Amino acid sequence: MDKIIEHLEEVTVRFAGDSGDGMQLIGTQFSDTAGFAGNEVNTFPDYPSEIRAPEGTLYGVSAFQVHFGTKNIHTSGDFVDVLVAMNAASLKVNLPHVREQGLLILNTEGFDDRNLKLAGYAGNPLTDNTLSKYTVVPVEMNKELKKAFIEVDVPSKLVQKTRNIFALGITYWLFNRPLEATVSWINKKFKGKEDVILANVHALQGGWNFADKNPDFRKQFIIDKSQLPPGKYRSITGNQAVALGLVVAATKAKLPLFLGSYPITPATDILHAISGYKKYGVKHLQAEDEIAGIASAIGAAFGGSLAVTTTSGPGLSLKSEAIGLAIMTELPLIIVDVQRAGPSTGLPTKTEQSDLMQAMYGRHGEAPMPVLAAASAADCFEMTLEAARIALKYMTPVMLLSDGYIGQASEPWRIPELDKLPEIAPRFAEDAATFKPYLRNPDTLSRLWAIPGMQGMEHRIGGLEKEDGSGVVSHDPMNHQKMVELRQKKVDGIANDIPELEIIGEQQGDLLLLSWGSTFGAAKTAFEHLTAQGHTLSFAHLRYLNPFPKNLGDVLNHFDRVVIPELNLGQLKNLIQARYMKRIMGINKVQGKPFKSIELEEKLRVLINMRDIKKWPANKKVDLPVDL
Amino acid sequence: MKTIIDQILEKPHVGASSLTSKDFKPDVDVRWCAGCGAISVLSPAQRLMPDLGIPKEKIVFVSGIGCSGRFPYYMDTYGFHGIHGRALPIASGLKIARPDLSVWVVTGDGDNMSIGGNHFIHACRRNVDMNVLMFNNEVYSLTKGQYSPTSHRGQITKSSPLGALDDPFNPVALALGASATFVARGHDKDRTQLQQLLLKAHQHKGFSFVEIYTNCRIFNDGAFDLYTNGETREDHTVWLEHGKPLVFGKKKDKGIKLDGFTPIIIELREGGQSINDVLVHNEKDSTLAFILANMTYSETLPRPMGVLQNLERSSYEERVVEQIQHEVETKGIGNLESLLLGGSYWEVR
Repeated sequence: MDKIIEHLEEVTVRFAGDSGDGMQLIGTQFSDTAGFAGNEVNTFPDYPSEIRAPEGTLYGVSAFQVHFGTKNIHTSGDFVDVLVAMNAASLKVNLPHVREQGLLILNTEGFDDRNLKLAGYAGNPLTDNTLSKYTVVPVEMNKELKKAFIEVDVPSKLVQKTRNIFALGITYWLFNRPLEATVSWINKKFKGKEDVILANVHALQGGWNFADKNPDFRKQFIIDKSQLPPGKYRSITGNQAVALGLVVAATKAKLPLFLGSYPITPATDILHAISGYKKYGVKHLQAEDEIAGIASAIGAAFGGSLAVTTTSGPGLSLKSEAIGLAIMTELPLIIVDVQRAGPSTGLPTKTEQSDLMQAMYGRHGEAPMPVLAAASAADCFEMTLEAARIALKYMTPVMLLSDGYIGQASEPWRIPELDKLPEIAPRFAEDAATFKPYLRNPDTLSRLWAIPGMQGMEHRIGGLEKEDGSGVVSHDPMNHQKMVELRQKKVDGIANDIPELEIIGEQQGDLLLLSWGSTFGAAKTAFEHLTAQGHTLSFAHLRYLNPFPKNLGDVLNHFDRVVIPELNLGQLKNLIQARYMKRIMGINKVQGKPFKSIELEEKLRVLINMRDIKKWPANKKVDLPVDL
Repeated sequence: MKTIIDQILEKPHVGASSLTSKDFKPDVDVRWCAGCGAISVLSPAQRLMPDLGIPKEKIVFVSGIGCSGRFPYYMDTYGFHGIHGRALPIASGLKIARPDLSVWVVTGDGDNMSIGGNHFIHACRRNVDMNVLMFNNEVYSLTKGQYSPTSHRGQITKSSPLGALDDPFNPVALALGASATFVARGHDKDRTQLQQLLLKAHQHKGFSFVEIYTNCRIFNDGAFDLYTNGETREDHTVWLEHGKPLVFGKKKDKGIKLDGFTPIIIELREGGQSINDVLVHNEKDSTLAFILANMTYSETLPRPMGVLQNLERSSYEERVVEQIQHEVETKGIGNLESLLLGGSYWEVR
């Protein structure tokens, strides 16, 4: 039977199964292959905090979503077009994400009585009308897998382990994807284990062949290549990008890299990556706790390393006092906070942007520090370089905010050419005769860095207030006033050294959509959809949160209304309102999940239609909802 | 990659051989109370430094919070005054990043046993090469007199007006239990002895822990009098020296003998027990070190002073360097371009 070929601009595929079913692995392979095939890609791993939850349970479902297409792929996709579900529980959990008429590839062997009961299905969705709005392709996964191996001599134990790869093969057929990227990955991953390689490659091909011959698979979808700038690309997660950014920044600054860290979800992948970079001369300490993580980094910074600590919300709370010490001693330090849903242990594997206030103000005393926020997985690389540049140039700790979404989601990244990246130049003290630890560069207000080993510059620093210039311990009231102001001025002055905020769309007008951090993708997509529909609004994205870009005040004044979507209850909104005395509207979500662009689109459409609040009274209480 | 640090380290360090103790005294007033035990540690430390043959710019003193925390300000070397309890991780990060430095930590019984207790046990087992001087005055002094983790049960302080209810840590036993390689105890009334201990701590490669009894004249005066006063100390302490019998007493007429695993006091006299019956100290024997450490709070036995244990084990920062070297030797120096390319990449033309 001839297959129908259909062209699509974009598709979202979701792989779902038990925690041990290997869904994260095939999701990653699928997205790498989409990139390899020339598409724009964005992914979202959605996994439980339990490691191997009991099989078949709803809370043990692990999923990986891949959104890919020809253009404008900024998010991991609002609705799922194709769901691969390995059992009843993964269908139950993920069905709400699937659009009507979406394609469900279901492993029917995961729908026996036990599985149905665990999933809480009264009947069997395969046979009743639960799935009437969808296109269902039932597959007896194990049985078909075994069939594919009839003529191949591979131990059945090995065959069983390739079930996920078989499912991947089916989806490769569905989108007419090349197998070579995954085949080469299999060869590399299982190098030296010929039977494992054979089993996996055969399962992949077997899945493809099965779909090709199966009359239930009638349609094959083609997604055209994207128009991307030429260059080498790879798929990268935010956490990987941070790790790479750190190594590159240290190389550019000609400094040794030191990471002091303590394992915490969802930041641990950075520690994993860095700990494998030994041949690049990188040192790391997996410390006894979060405090020791940052304290060891401060020690390394005192010794002249590019020092880093990585963490998530609860860890950031523990590091607060030590961050204050780094601010007081004016040492360069990068603190990476991969935010997760809080407070307390919260939703450890789920995303949120609710550490902003803590990043800005979560310390005792007047303790200003630069705060940067990466916009996407790939942007984590560039912002890590920025964090290093600012930390070293201004002798200050810098907070880099990422979150569970972009930290673990992947997207294609154009690999930069090393010699085209800007140099980073730390400023060390040179003249022992004039050296004083708190003498400042008049332009940057940063103090000079003198490290142990430099003769004639022996000095003592610490958490006690220091006399301006000499660095001698001082409790003098006027000196304290001066030092507090100097530290503030130093951080504020960085505004002159960062790019201005760019407005996309009209440079002034009625409505500005202003996003920060990982909401970039959803906000940009919503903006593109609305403008394509003929609506007028403008869009801007903040990557620098302290200090703000110096034109932010002007930008805000150029619009009647400003709306900020964020995964918290309005933290950036409050910061900006307080700073610029302008009423801001918030779109807030705290569900442990990123925004869907459709959510923003719908709320923005409401706003666009609310003409009566077009002229926003700046200083009057407004009855209309300020938050949507 | 050659880092800036490598370049700095290449510069010749001059004059290390001509240093005197004066070179280690910065031009600042020492603000400890008159008669403070800490002052009695400062001068042996300043006297010792020139003997080490290390340029002073290669020496770093790190401290936490408490009276002891001021120590780095009084040493004209590099110094870092950290935050409460965190001197050890700060010093660990520094030494791991910079194995070329001589790193010293000055801490107290509150800083190190209480708020920094977790760091202490992990620093012991990790064995980063540094020398930790813990000033033990059995009281919180900088906060003006509360009981500390080494205060004895019943101790009257401002926060225990009816007597402390907790039992104290025995710092040397804690260090041994946490696998510290070098464990010693000294006190502030014998500076020569103390200087000797500091030198031994420095010579030991790895984590060296020296508990130092320091008298706090203001909040816990005379706490160690029995063990430090010239009149009584001979009868109430026993000085441990590798290979030497454990003889003590004003007249050197008493010794320690092991009865099974239990130390007992024997009288040395003609016709009775002789020096040959006395236990001989072996600082390489960690079982013995435990037995000796546990004499500390005994009501009858003398308090052990000196080096309890001195074991050789590779230090953490050495292992870090070895691991890096091994990686580089077996896989070659990392190529940053190939790191960026990752496992699989594709090209858009």
